[in-house]
Amino acid sequence: MGQIGEDIKEFILREFLPGENPHALTDSTPLITEGILDSLATLKLVSFLEERFGIEIGAHETDVEHLNDIASIVNLVCSKE
Amino acid sequence: MLHYLLDNSARSLPEHVAVVEPGRATIDYSDLAILSDCVRDRLVHLGVHPGDRVGIYLRKSIDAVAAIFGALKAGAAYVPVDPFAPPARNAYVLKDCSVRTVVIERCFAERLQIEINQLGGTIQNPLLLDDVGGGRFLREALTREQEKNPAPVTQTTLSSPDDLAYILYTSGSTGKPKGVMLSHNNAMSFVNWCSEAFEPNQHDRFSSHAPFHFDLSILDIYVSIKHGATLVLIGEELGKEPLHLASLISQEQISIWYSTPSILSLLAQYGKLEQYRYPCLRIIHFAGEVFPLKHLRALKALLPGRRYFNLYGPTETNVCTYFELPAVIPDEQSKPFPIGKSCSHVETKVVNEDGQLVPEGEKGELCVTGAGVTQGYWNSPERTARSYLEDASGRRWYRTGDIVAVDNDGNYIIVGRRDRMVKKRGYRIELGEIETALYRHPAVKEVAAIALADEENGVRIKAFLSCREDTHPSIIELKSFCSQNLPRYMVPDFFAIREALPKTSTDKIDYQTLKEIA
Repeated sequence: MGQIGEDIKEFILREFLPGENPHALTDSTPLITEGILDSLATLKLVSFLEERFGIEIGAHETDVEHLNDIASIVNLVCSKE
Repeated sequence: MLHYLLDNSARSLPEHVAVVEPGRATIDYSDLAILSDCVRDRLVHLGVHPGDRVGIYLRKSIDAVAAIFGALKAGAAYVPVDPFAPPARNAYVLKDCSVRTVVIERCFAERLQIEINQLGGTIQNPLLLDDVGGGRFLREALTREQEKNPAPVTQTTLSSPDDLAYILYTSGSTGKPKGVMLSHNNAMSFVNWCSEAFEPNQHDRFSSHAPFHFDLSILDIYVSIKHGATLVLIGEELGKEPLHLASLISQEQISIWYSTPSILSLLAQYGKLEQYRYPCLRIIHFAGEVFPLKHLRALKALLPGRRYFNLYGPTETNVCTYFELPAVIPDEQSKPFPIGKSCSHVETKVVNEDGQLVPEGEKGELCVTGAGVTQGYWNSPERTARSYLEDASGRRWYRTGDIVAVDNDGNYIIVGRRDRMVKKRGYRIELGEIETALYRHPAVKEVAAIALADEENGVRIKAFLSCREDTHPSIIELKSFCSQNLPRYMVPDFFAIREALPKTSTDKIDYQTLKEIA
């Protein structure tokens, strides 16, 4: 996992999974479909990504396809940079 | 009666748009009335009698609205379930109130049948839709059935005011949802109060943000239809995305908005409201929970000059008190706004633990009586008895469980709860239901759920657990387990795993200590 992935992982662990063993969250852990991120958490994540990486994420990108695991989120961020 | 509202508007405004699916389809009053007549005929042919229950297992759509009116016209009470909730929970609901049949999308039907069989039940002759949208799929399903097995034209049932119109299931403390039975009179008294209080007209365009299994939908659907106005359906997925909502409110020219404060808070924070104009928007209603003042101020700054109403009432009474916000929120205001005074169709009073009126100025439990108050819970006379007080004149008062005080202007202010029910994003949650779900996990030995509240985030749920083995499930696994067994809004936000949970001297879980360490 590169630096972007690490940053995202750290944010998700801190905000939505406090107390979780960091090894339990991998690149491919399903986040939305498994109930780790609800709709509000997804908004907070998008807000974090926009601020941290200086990108803009469109409304059509805030979905399962783009945000369901850390690998997809990294792809989304990289496609904007 | 509720279903007469549609036929009345269809006679006076046949070509006026009744319901809109934004960007997809519209239906006018005449077509909606005709489509619901066809549903009525089919349901009657399937064996639905006045007094029966009909399940509605559809995503929000024109099809779902027509199915609801069709059920009412057949004299049945409709039972809407959340198509996104765990199928096992929905199966429990539909079996509990022994629905005669279900109007359901094909994609949900197989799983429901499996779950209901496991409970020892079955769904007779479901009316199967291939999809939903525009009323087209309902029409297709009816045509298909009609070709196979023609249903004769029937008459719309002349319902009585005390007949049940719908049953809404809410979280139950024993771990199973409970069905609140609402009559036509309960709903009509509220709808008529809305007419008086908000003076809507046929040019209004109502938002339908809340799902149909949530009682906010009663105002949306029936007040809009009564006045020949237009109902703008906001689908389950779109409804949670504030980024889309701002443009939708603007483009669809919504004039009367109604939702929980949560979505309005999100709109104020993330919705980019300043990008659009909303010349039609005149009333913003919110209900279901406290609106954090910080976000309410932000919303009023972004959408000034509108009337804002805080509506209050549990499902058992629907809205029973209301408060109109002042045009400007004073700078010195630091507490949330009150829930206000009684609506004209009900009466309220405040009682102590023994059910006696409290002296003026003291706090106590808010009780409600009048036309809006439900007869009780489906198939649960004991629970019903516990929830009502009877006064000397024989009138039944519903005990809301909310502890209130009265401010200097005579408005009620909520100060707490009598029991373990909490409100999160407008949804009622019995903490006991979350605990019951977690106890089903094989590794879990003890569990206690508590609610945390703060101004920034509203209510959040934390679950404390102890496990049978040294190796305990990960938090990810627990969240995933909960999301398979509970509606999303009930999944705890936080988990903490301990060797053992703290106990009181009588060896019960010590919730007080848990709240302190949370």
